[in-house]
Amino acid sequence: MRNTLPVLTVLGIILVIWYAATVWMNAPFVRDQAARAGTTVTFAELVPLTMVQPRPVVPAPHQVLAEVWKGVAGQAVTSKRSLVYHGLVTLESTLYGFALGILLGVGLAVGIVYFRVMEMGVMPWAIISQTIPIVALAPMIVVLSNAMGIEAREVPKAVISAYLSFFPVLVGMVKGLRSPDAMQLDLMRTWNGSGAQGFWKLRLPASLPYLFASLKVAIAAALVGTIVGELPTGAIEGLGARMLIGSQFGEPLIMWAALVGAAVLAGGLIVVVGVFERGLRRRMGVPG
Amino acid sequence: MIWAVLVVIWGAGWGVNLALSRSAIAGTRVVRIAVPVIFGVTVLAMWEALVRGFAISAVILPPPSMIAEAVAGNLPVLWADFVQTFLKGALSGYVIGCGAGVVVAVLIDRSPYLTRGLLPVGNFVAALPIVGVAPILVMWFGFDWQSKAAVVVVLVFFPVLVNTVAGLASSDRMARDLMATYGAGHWPTMMKLRLPAAMPFIFNGLKIATTLALIGAIVAEYFGSPIVGMGFRISTGVGRLAMDLVWAEIAVAALAGSAFYGVVALVEGWVTFWHPSQRARV
Repeated sequence: MRNTLPVLTVLGIILVIWYAATVWMNAPFVRDQAARAGTTVTFAELVPLTMVQPRPVVPAPHQVLAEVWKGVAGQAVTSKRSLVYHGLVTLESTLYGFALGILLGVGLAVGIVYFRVMEMGVMPWAIISQTIPIVALAPMIVVLSNAMGIEAREVPKAVISAYLSFFPVLVGMVKGLRSPDAMQLDLMRTWNGSGAQGFWKLRLPASLPYLFASLKVAIAAALVGTIVGELPTGAIEGLGARMLIGSQFGEPLIMWAALVGAAVLAGGLIVVVGVFERGLRRRMGVPG
Repeated sequence: MIWAVLVVIWGAGWGVNLALSRSAIAGTRVVRIAVPVIFGVTVLAMWEALVRGFAISAVILPPPSMIAEAVAGNLPVLWADFVQTFLKGALSGYVIGCGAGVVVAVLIDRSPYLTRGLLPVGNFVAALPIVGVAPILVMWFGFDWQSKAAVVVVLVFFPVLVNTVAGLASSDRMARDLMATYGAGHWPTMMKLRLPAAMPFIFNGLKIATTLALIGAIVAEYFGSPIVGMGFRISTGVGRLAMDLVWAEIAVAALAGSAFYGVVALVEGWVTFWHPSQRARV
């Protein structure tokens, strides 16, 4: 709460810059129109005209909000114009990809912690995999999954988002599973605990704080993956597809609204992971 | 028969690795490099055997040998794409964006009030799917590399900014007090203590930014580009089913991305040689 005022100040500054940019970038169009009509515009007349253009270079924040409101409240949820509908399509693939990413990340992390050969052989490739620009692979993944007879459009998107989201989980889990110190591991041995018990009762609970810190990064990465997956793959549904449509049909407001929708979705997902984390911590009896 | 070949390849690769990792020389540098290389070669061999064995059409998945041929046969095209996408688009955007991120962080550091406000906002923006601005920026800056550089600038700015702000706060309280006792003002303290102390954090941001830069430059090309560039070649290559060329392009992108990351990590080693994470490696 201590940070509320500073955050609001920064947001205020961003808003002011945005409005200034709106006036500055849209002014040439207004002047052009006026010159064609043979009139001149004063600055006071020009400012309001820059805020109401149907196809602005930079839309004013309130224009974007109006477009978002139109997309959310002005349509039935099932309509193809509804932002909620497209958001849900994106959300679905994001969650599939996120689940797949967690499975892959946790599975590899367990292997890497328990088997030295996996640590030496797989870990470097996991790092290299993240330096490969996944977007280059995106169209290929679509072609491949089509060729394998997978009709569902979510599959390629989920694969891409899993590819982006598994890495933070992997890194966090390796760190987390290794976080119990030698004393604690020895104590488990003194109690004659088996390897499985050591995993379930010590290593796994100890890794949870690390896991959740990574999950917040991973869910954001999964959303980026899904949207990137929608861009070049000719998807017709989803927030990424809305951006593409806005770009191709010269409707900047659609693009901006989809962008705001994606931002809200990202924020919401991170909050949900945070809430889930707090609930789990309370059930495990961690103070705070 | 094919399955037997696959099992033999996998068993051989995995067995060698297992033996190496359990042997007495497991800790040496050669083995550390050899094990992942053997793993990679095993995967490539499996890929080759799978494609040839099941006679999978090259249109769906070309074998690695064919991709290597495509790389060798299309060097001028690949080089032109590399120059357009990587050198012109990604690298110029990377330099501008990272530079701006560090400079803004240093400037805003003068006001603790703004810093406190900027950190949550920056963290949030860094988590957003910013690639979505690609179509908007392509609309603003045209089809050539300038728009790709602009996308990269926007993508890399916030991770670098957030990491630099966090790094500037990381210098030791005692060390700052020492600078104050020396009578050092804001800028000498910044240049001699706080910026060097922030370097591990800044390089963390710079390393994240390397991947983002390539992603940004390639995605921006899907929204419009001149008839050269990696993203352009990939999207048109998929369209006309020239899969070997597409995979060659992907190989180049992967190589460029890894090399870019490697170079930044190397520079990090020179700059932050004093940091425990660098010192520990002998």
